[in-house]
Amino acid sequence: MKRLASFAAFLFLALPALAQETTPQRPASPPGDVRIQSLEEQVHLLADQVAQLRAELRDMRDAKGAPSAANKVVLASAQITPGMLPSPPEPIANPSPASAPAEPVSPPATPPQVAQTQTFGGATSNAKLLNPDISMIGDFIGTAGHNPVAPGRALELHESEVGMQAIIDPYARADVFLSFGEEGVNVEEGYITFTSLPAGLLMKVGKMRAEFGKVNTIHNHALPFIDRPLVTNNLIGGEDGIDDAGISLTRFLPAPKNWFAEGTAQVFRGDSSDVFSSSRRQDLSVVGHLRAYRDLSESTNIDLGVSYARGHNNTSVVGTSFNPSDFMTNLYGADATLRWKPLRRAIYNSFLFRTELFWSNRDQLSPLSVFQTQHAFGMYSHAEYRLNRRWTLGGRFDRSGHATNASLTDTGFSGILTYWPSEFSQVRTQYRYGHLWDDATLRYTNANELLFQFLFVMGAHGAHPF
Amino acid sequence: MFVTKLTQKTLATAVAFALLFAAYVPTARAESKLQIMTATTDLAALAQEIGGDKVDVESVARGYQDPHFVEAKPSFLLKLRRADLLIVVGLELEIGWLPPLITQSTNPKIQVGAPGYFDASRFARILEIPTGAVTRAEGDVHPQGNPHYWLDPENGLRIAKGIADKLSQMRPNDSAYFEQRYSAFEQKLKQADQQWQAQMKPYAGRKIVTYHRSWPNFAEHFGLNVVGYVEPRPGIPPSPQHTVELIGQMKRNGVKVICVEPYFDLKTPNAVARDTGGKVVVLMPSVGGEKEITDYFKLFDYDIAKLKQAFDETK
Repeated sequence: MKRLASFAAFLFLALPALAQETTPQRPASPPGDVRIQSLEEQVHLLADQVAQLRAELRDMRDAKGAPSAANKVVLASAQITPGMLPSPPEPIANPSPASAPAEPVSPPATPPQVAQTQTFGGATSNAKLLNPDISMIGDFIGTAGHNPVAPGRALELHESEVGMQAIIDPYARADVFLSFGEEGVNVEEGYITFTSLPAGLLMKVGKMRAEFGKVNTIHNHALPFIDRPLVTNNLIGGEDGIDDAGISLTRFLPAPKNWFAEGTAQVFRGDSSDVFSSSRRQDLSVVGHLRAYRDLSESTNIDLGVSYARGHNNTSVVGTSFNPSDFMTNLYGADATLRWKPLRRAIYNSFLFRTELFWSNRDQLSPLSVFQTQHAFGMYSHAEYRLNRRWTLGGRFDRSGHATNASLTDTGFSGILTYWPSEFSQVRTQYRYGHLWDDATLRYTNANELLFQFLFVMGAHGAHPF
Repeated sequence: MFVTKLTQKTLATAVAFALLFAAYVPTARAESKLQIMTATTDLAALAQEIGGDKVDVESVARGYQDPHFVEAKPSFLLKLRRADLLIVVGLELEIGWLPPLITQSTNPKIQVGAPGYFDASRFARILEIPTGAVTRAEGDVHPQGNPHYWLDPENGLRIAKGIADKLSQMRPNDSAYFEQRYSAFEQKLKQADQQWQAQMKPYAGRKIVTYHRSWPNFAEHFGLNVVGYVEPRPGIPPSPQHTVELIGQMKRNGVKVICVEPYFDLKTPNAVARDTGGKVVVLMPSVGGEKEITDYFKLFDYDIAKLKQAFDETK
């Protein structure tokens, strides 16, 4: 009995398999050529049907003017394009009806683009769509030579800047740049920009580089040199410059024909490197910037600006009757940029000349604890020429007083050579000479250095403003 | 002293803000012409075909300019600020310059996703969409597909249809006008395409080399076979090694025609042409690349004439 049951079970299991085996054998009974003939007929029939269906599909697509499912751009990960399944291209078996002359049958010589076959993991990649654009910029700097005043490290990963940028909602976008240096992490910038305010206002809220001149607004990796100009270090707060938490308002200003004018007003907490320092809540700092721009021709333009910044400084009042909030720093700036870039050869040749002037009026105590204001002046001029797609040659002249002692003036110049293997990496070398005041020896000293830099960009780094 | 400092500070702030607000001039423009800005001249040409005299159209990029590398000049901001509609190519073609312009324009109508932001790539058939892993080892790849899709009249028609619908939606009173202009454009384009097809028919299947991957849609439509590129990878300048390989490949395949966009250096293509006995032909990828290319039709007229000439000379 048991054996019978197992035999029945075997039979039950084997039947489908048997059936599968026998099915193809069944038509084998008629003679071979007849069978082939019938198969051929079937194939022809199917081919005709496919051609007909394709023509219909094409008509439908045309009738709808295309943005239908067949042409909608979806993500590669989720795309199945009906008209482009990986079957071999149909020969012109069934010419499309007259209604679609603009959609001729593609000649067999060029096979249609291979269909985007569905890839798996669509759900996860769709969730990732809402992630911000993330980028990482590595900035490696090496320094050789002699500089007793500001000795840099021989080799360092100077900065790794992580950028996250996204559109927040229909009214705003946000940009965050975290800077990982050798000493720690710093939020270089992190702000929300409201793009849909009335009256043409553009508002930024967060921590940001202040709109004070040009070089102060530029991230390290986007500078046309490896270091920052002497004047930045002496008067405008060093590498980070005026970079503080606050609110910024920008709007276009009426301007004569062909001119573009823009005004920016910013209020900050008042803590920016060693320029501004706030000891009380009301010690805010303010920055104002006016910009005028004009296209001189299609390829040449000038960009002019004046800036103002005011805030409390970090004069030490220990042991005096002064109040720390009595000491202000007023900064004035003027910048001018001339650019030339022929549109037809924009990726090969261009020229830029920029000069920025800064005046610093800093309240402080003299060595004898007398209230005084130091009026220091500093400037730099920079020119660069793009020799070809990969090489750019530049030079910079520096001159700057010291904010705390205007009678001491540092001077320097640099020659800069930049090479781009691609848009996403950069190799740069800079020769830097400086005639610098040395606080340790109390005399001027010469500095001769060779710097080199490797920059690399990962991910989608948003474009920088012009 | 403190009081005066505070007043001074308040005054400075007040002046700054007053300056910002005083300059506000309300812009009243009722049913005047629709102001359309486009990223490239081709989209401007299509918008002009549909919009007729009901619109003012201007492109940010010029036709002879590399659309990947346009400078985000502030002078464009003045125009973008007044735009009712911004038409972009999309597929990250303009990623290097358009986003800051849109943000700084302070124009809510054209912000990404707003009704006045029109991504033409949504209406076109896109080729070369990479599947699998995308890395920049392949150069400046566009993860969403090749953005040079306008060089196919079918796509031109699709985009025009999209624009016509958009304009009708924005100006319902003029929708009949836009629909009529679209129909006229469709008819004209289909006729023109028949002629172009006829002109290109003798050369179907001809192999060409292009500088950049600007021509897949064009090649597919007109039955050309792009077998190589002067750039080793998109966006990477030619290298000696790749050039040698390209010359070998062209000789093996009997390729004689090298198509170059107007914004690329001709040195390498000329050297390749000398070595292979081929011919360099500067094709215009965009309307306005040459003075005589004033609309979408003349763009194909020009390119096809140039190609025919090159094919005939290199028989």
